[in-house]
Amino acid sequence: MQLSIRHLLGLDGVSEQDITTILDAADAMKKVLQRPIPKVPTLKGKTVVNLFYENSTRTRISFELAEKRLSADTVNFSTSTSSVKKGETLKDTIKNIEAMRIDYVVMRHGVPGSSHYLANCVDASVVNAGDGPHEHPTQALLDMMTIREKRGTLKGLKVCLVGDITHSRVSRSNVYGLLACGAEVGVCGPATLIPYDMQDMGITVYPHIEDALAESDVLNVLRIQLERQKGALFPTLREYRNLFGITEARLEKAKSDVTILHPGPMNRGVEIDSEVADGPQAVILDQVTNGVAVRMAILYLLAGGRSSFEGVDNE
Amino acid sequence: MNSKIFKAEAADCILLKGGRLVDPQTGTDEKADLLIESGKITKIGKIDEKTIEGRVVDCKGKIIAPGFIDMHVHLREPGEEHKETIESGCNAAMNGGFTGVAPMPNTTPVTDQRNHVTFINRQAKGHLVDVYPIGAITKGLKGEELAEMGEMKVEGAVAFSDDGRPVESGQVMRRAMEYGNMLGAAIINHAEDLAITGAGVMNESFSSTETGFRGIPSVSESAMVARDVLLAEFTRCPVHIAHVSTKESVRLIRDAKSRNVKVTAETCPHYLTMTDKAVKTFNTNTKMKPPLRTEEDRLALIEAVADGTIDAIATDHAPHHEDDKDNDYHSAAFGVIGLETAVGVVLDRLVQSGQLTLETMIERFAVAPRRIFHLPEVKLETGSEASLTLLDTEKKWTVKGREFASLSFNTPFEGWALTGGPAGVINKGQLYLND
Amino acid sequence: MKTKAELMDAQAVNRTLLRLTHEVLEKHHGTKDLVIIGIRNRGDCLAKRMIHFIKEIEGTEVPLGILDITLYRDDFQRFSESAMVQETIIPIDITNKKVVLVDDVLYTGRTIRAALDALIDFGRPAMIQLAVFVDRGHRELPIKADYVGKNVPTADNEQVKVHVKEVDNEDSVVLVELKK
Repeated sequence: MQLSIRHLLGLDGVSEQDITTILDAADAMKKVLQRPIPKVPTLKGKTVVNLFYENSTRTRISFELAEKRLSADTVNFSTSTSSVKKGETLKDTIKNIEAMRIDYVVMRHGVPGSSHYLANCVDASVVNAGDGPHEHPTQALLDMMTIREKRGTLKGLKVCLVGDITHSRVSRSNVYGLLACGAEVGVCGPATLIPYDMQDMGITVYPHIEDALAESDVLNVLRIQLERQKGALFPTLREYRNLFGITEARLEKAKSDVTILHPGPMNRGVEIDSEVADGPQAVILDQVTNGVAVRMAILYLLAGGRSSFEGVDNE
Repeated sequence: MNSKIFKAEAADCILLKGGRLVDPQTGTDEKADLLIESGKITKIGKIDEKTIEGRVVDCKGKIIAPGFIDMHVHLREPGEEHKETIESGCNAAMNGGFTGVAPMPNTTPVTDQRNHVTFINRQAKGHLVDVYPIGAITKGLKGEELAEMGEMKVEGAVAFSDDGRPVESGQVMRRAMEYGNMLGAAIINHAEDLAITGAGVMNESFSSTETGFRGIPSVSESAMVARDVLLAEFTRCPVHIAHVSTKESVRLIRDAKSRNVKVTAETCPHYLTMTDKAVKTFNTNTKMKPPLRTEEDRLALIEAVADGTIDAIATDHAPHHEDDKDNDYHSAAFGVIGLETAVGVVLDRLVQSGQLTLETMIERFAVAPRRIFHLPEVKLETGSEASLTLLDTEKKWTVKGREFASLSFNTPFEGWALTGGPAGVINKGQLYLND
Repeated sequence: MKTKAELMDAQAVNRTLLRLTHEVLEKHHGTKDLVIIGIRNRGDCLAKRMIHFIKEIEGTEVPLGILDITLYRDDFQRFSESAMVQETIIPIDITNKKVVLVDDVLYTGRTIRAALDALIDFGRPAMIQLAVFVDRGHRELPIKADYVGKNVPTADNEQVKVHVKEVDNEDSVVLVELKK
């Protein structure tokens, strides 16, 4: 049960086998989190640098908790208080940190491909915590873990992502991961926020929310950002809610057992109403718990399991 | 840049023995010896080397063609000599099989006055490679007032462009075309609607959807090409479109030519051999403007180069220092070098594959640039200037940017295994042979 | 890897396991506060059978625990069968209880050290004892078994494998020689 990849840069090209390995390990890690002492010594002595070029409280905290639960040493590096403000390049920043002997870098950066670039510069294992609008693999994995938990399987399930797809790394990673595991994927949102030729990824583009609701088993509701108004992408949050918001009334048009996800933070009353977010079909808080478990699983699997040494199983 | 010295040797008398002479201007394609004396072709036919006192070059298996000119390069001097100088750029041209280059004016300071052209001429003096300066259309490339094109032309500027930037104002572009026509100098536009481009870094297509990068839609180029060909039609003045990259631009140019509008165009080897799928590797040497486009665009461009809709192949050689490229994709500078790969890439990927004939290739590299710049013709006949490019269609080599004469090594073709490349160049009584 | 010799057949395995169970009951004078915890992947099967024997002998249900020590190993980089983490199930609070750990083969002692680490996170037992089916020697840590099924002295290039029906489709103990 080993991973065939050395870094987690995205889910594009990652096999179903590897995804299943991660999700299975995450299930076990979740059990560890439920123990009276939710800590194991597995990564003792390993150092993880959380390199966050973009602010993100929840993702960083989730990674930090995962690292600490595995007894790793964590170092946090955020750009507001750092050398980056003085003009240091990404490469120099990481080379300086690496010179202090680290094992993992967890990076969030605003530019697509930045974690690929990093993986070429350093010896440490790289985990992409979000590279611009490109990918956010740990988020998609925790989404998939939550869906699998609630629905039993991913195969054949119809999952639809709703919202600003163009700028969403969550949606891209989810598309790659879900397709790899045999799910059927759709996206729904304003036409100005669906990227060019996205159906060529092997997914369905629903121009209207009603069609998505009728067909989907799972809805992953994405956050809509106010700033997009300025780019002539949509007029107001009010209009967005009228056309795409997941309200209680809309939920009634959906399948009766539909599962609702949201990566957070939520704009209550915009893309999702409180009654839905706090209702029985939403698994949003499970996503948060599973986030720590999935991140523990990834750090654990990337570090070890690389060699199979015959003759060492009885000790 | 590597430590090898790239130097031409002076030779007043050169005998090229046993080469295959190919010239689409005269319909020549024959094996013959060619004698050069004091910079001119003096004899073609069977020449006994024992009767010659001069340099004898064995050209068996090589092709001899009129000298290639790269009509679109950036030489970075004055202002960014760490990326390239006029000398290193000329060395790169020489090593790449070119006898002439036309550098764009977006240097620091901008080439928008006569004395700037004087400087370029001075820096270029004595080199085997001819430098044909391109002056700015507008002062400081600001796009507002016309620069002193007349003055610059006197000093030797052959054409004018604001390249790097488009001439955004249709009004200024119209006046520039009228003025350039009056002077008999080409006006070259970098066709790009900057507002549509926005913050884009790659072509807008399925590839940009996959990577999450902001895209530069093809219409950013074609909308302005449409404007320019219509202006050319209205003013009855010529216009030259730089680095064409889209099938829509090809369509517009083909249509304009069918109406006898005086439009000419160029494209680059990378648009003919690469697509935006290459950006998925996040290699910053796939980042340039205009960006790599789709396979459909690539095929349309090859067809256009073959049928003459696109007149010339130029490289848009844009050297950048490692510091400007070795970074994340957003931060990396736009641009790739091309002088030392153009001939090999076109020979290997387009001529060997049968998509372009050798004659067409020579037309695009050697004949069209001279026509567009109103330079004297160079033909493979006695009496002509001996500006020659030698080609080796058999030589096998691998592209290694760090071994180039250019000071920079930002090539998108790194590692490509090619069959075919330049064998040498002859110009103004100097000879350079590739090893 | 090739089998050198079969040391125990199914019948022998059963006899020895029964004897071990009796020894535990004898030492503890019964089953009060007793908890049997098997270490994956075969110790847990053996532990389960011991629980069953105890039910037959004493008529009482002794709590059964299953311990997965993958996350506690100190040889983290060198996995053999798998890095697969499976569930640890400790159904009761082990504080003040008398824990008997059960494993198939005792070798360097590192697995038991990891098991002790894991167990301590679940509570504070009154005592922890160790029952192993085979002790093959070559200890690298000061670990000793309280109950031993069979002592099998081995060379470095040999290995003792305990096969159980639940995992290997047969009950047996074999000695194998590792390829050089």
